[in-house]
Amino acid sequence: MTTLAPARRRPGTRQAVRLLILIAIVAVVLYPLVWMLGTSVKSQEEIVNNIGLLPERFTPGNYRQGWVNFDVGFGRFFLNSATVSLLTVVGNALSCLLAAYAFARLRFRLRRVWFTVMIGTLLLPGHVLIVPQYILFRSLGLVGGDWPYLPLLIPHFLATEAFFVFLMVQFMRGIPRELDEAAKIDGASAFGVFRHVILPLSRPALVTTAIFSFIWTWNDFFRQLVYLSKLDDYTVPVALTLFIDSTSQSAVGPMFAMSVLSLLPVFLFFLAFQRLLVEGINTSGIKG
Amino acid sequence: MALTTAPDRTRRTGPAGTHPAGRGSGRVRHGEGPAGYVFLSPWLIGLMGITAIPMLLSLWLSFTDYDILTPLSEVRWVGLANYERMFTADPAYWHAVRVTLTFALVAVPLKLAAALGVALLLNRAWRGVGLFRALFYLPSLLGGSVALAIVWVNMFNRDGAFNSFLALFGVEGLPWASDPDWALETLMVLAIWQFGAPMVIFLAGLKQIPTDLYEAASVDGAGTWRKFRAVTLPMLSPVIFFNLVLETIHGFQGFTAAFVLSHGTGGPVDSTLMYTLKLYISGFTDLEMGYASAMAWVFLAAIALITAIFFSTGRFWVHYSDGESS
Repeated sequence: MTTLAPARRRPGTRQAVRLLILIAIVAVVLYPLVWMLGTSVKSQEEIVNNIGLLPERFTPGNYRQGWVNFDVGFGRFFLNSATVSLLTVVGNALSCLLAAYAFARLRFRLRRVWFTVMIGTLLLPGHVLIVPQYILFRSLGLVGGDWPYLPLLIPHFLATEAFFVFLMVQFMRGIPRELDEAAKIDGASAFGVFRHVILPLSRPALVTTAIFSFIWTWNDFFRQLVYLSKLDDYTVPVALTLFIDSTSQSAVGPMFAMSVLSLLPVFLFFLAFQRLLVEGINTSGIKG
Repeated sequence: MALTTAPDRTRRTGPAGTHPAGRGSGRVRHGEGPAGYVFLSPWLIGLMGITAIPMLLSLWLSFTDYDILTPLSEVRWVGLANYERMFTADPAYWHAVRVTLTFALVAVPLKLAAALGVALLLNRAWRGVGLFRALFYLPSLLGGSVALAIVWVNMFNRDGAFNSFLALFGVEGLPWASDPDWALETLMVLAIWQFGAPMVIFLAGLKQIPTDLYEAASVDGAGTWRKFRAVTLPMLSPVIFFNLVLETIHGFQGFTAAFVLSHGTGGPVDSTLMYTLKLYISGFTDLEMGYASAMAWVFLAAIALITAIFFSTGRFWVHYSDGESS
């Protein structure tokens, strides 16, 4: 903005109007979030009567009540969600990195064909496959049981999230090939190049993949709804729907409290990595 | 940083390795074939087991009366009965199609308009842009969750925050989220609220437009609106196209908010029966998995068709400047 001469006043006022409009939009956009936060600490009486954003009497008891509202505590649901999300992160990072290395660096028969197929699966809606996948996993005895999370995790260990493969391929194309060549001259195999050149240099793409994998899995509902049927196994999103099924008005405060808590990990990720998240969707056209 | 360590490491492994240089490089040239497939194998297994085989299975199931309770071997082939029923005998199916199309046709253009509008407001480098950009993006990260759908439904209840706001102007609001005429609109507003993701992509696109185009337009006496019509829109058309395709496909798949609003029923009076919700109810509540598979295949065909339409009409309005086409 150094090009704006201080003598010209019109751009200055225009800028101020622009800023005011933006602040108004921010207020509208953030209102639901602030309202959620405020409602989560209102007493039942205030939820009905106090229309303001902030409670007159701070009622943190909603959090305590919500935490133990069902036969199984929310601690368990958070643990389940964390397990699924973190293992998904590991699966996506590992398997997509391997596939991306093959696509970006190795030469093999039908490479272009497979690459086209991979791009094709990018646009494949997940809902289309849920029924047959469910049937397959069920026939393998993986649905239900003591640890029902395998159907949620296995696809991620098999690089089915083409989006991340594509993101990593794009990233690896930016790594100078001279490094590979140097390693090969030193006698490194394809695995050696992967281990000592590509893997350490791909850290930024791995971090982006890890963060988006975590957030998307943490927020995912559809597949978790389909595969989890025992209260003990519920993840946070599935557990939250128990609140809406119980029609009693008294659960509104606790329901909001647990909703706030469920968004907290995503929000913390946002605070820590907001630059990377915004830039990540930029370079690759991620959907949020 | 890592740039310097990587070659060092390989150099260290180099002399330690016993392969003569010649044999090593020969191995690289011929041995990459198997190596390629070794690295690709998880993805290939996934492609077969998680995508291709299930797709074929679902195609076959769509011609059967399979429910999860009878074993696969005793499934009855019913020909086109599922498709016939879907198109001629199940009014709820057409209702779901209508709901989904309405949702996408209204919410997607409005969301993109909001995204573009805010991106234009933000498209001047001044301090604080990063903060605004991040704040607008936040709903895109949170908005797909069950938690936010819960908040949304409550916000548009009879005594929710939206009606409190209307009350300031003396307007008495409706119980929007439970009114059959307004429930879908409630979900549309939730979708539009998440305009941040396309906005960020628009912002990146706006940055790519060379400023000399605007200067040339100014010299020719073009005003703000003219510059927007003659420079910004055509130069941005590839990004608009990208966002349009992505958001439309995304919009067709809305599930979570509709499920939360309607307790998984698609109500009130089927007003939020999104296609994916109908598919879920058929497959996992009514256990009519053959029927649900037929629905899934029609869904896939419809999305492929719409994408194809986008790409074939894109020729007429998407403008690729020389730099971008390469």
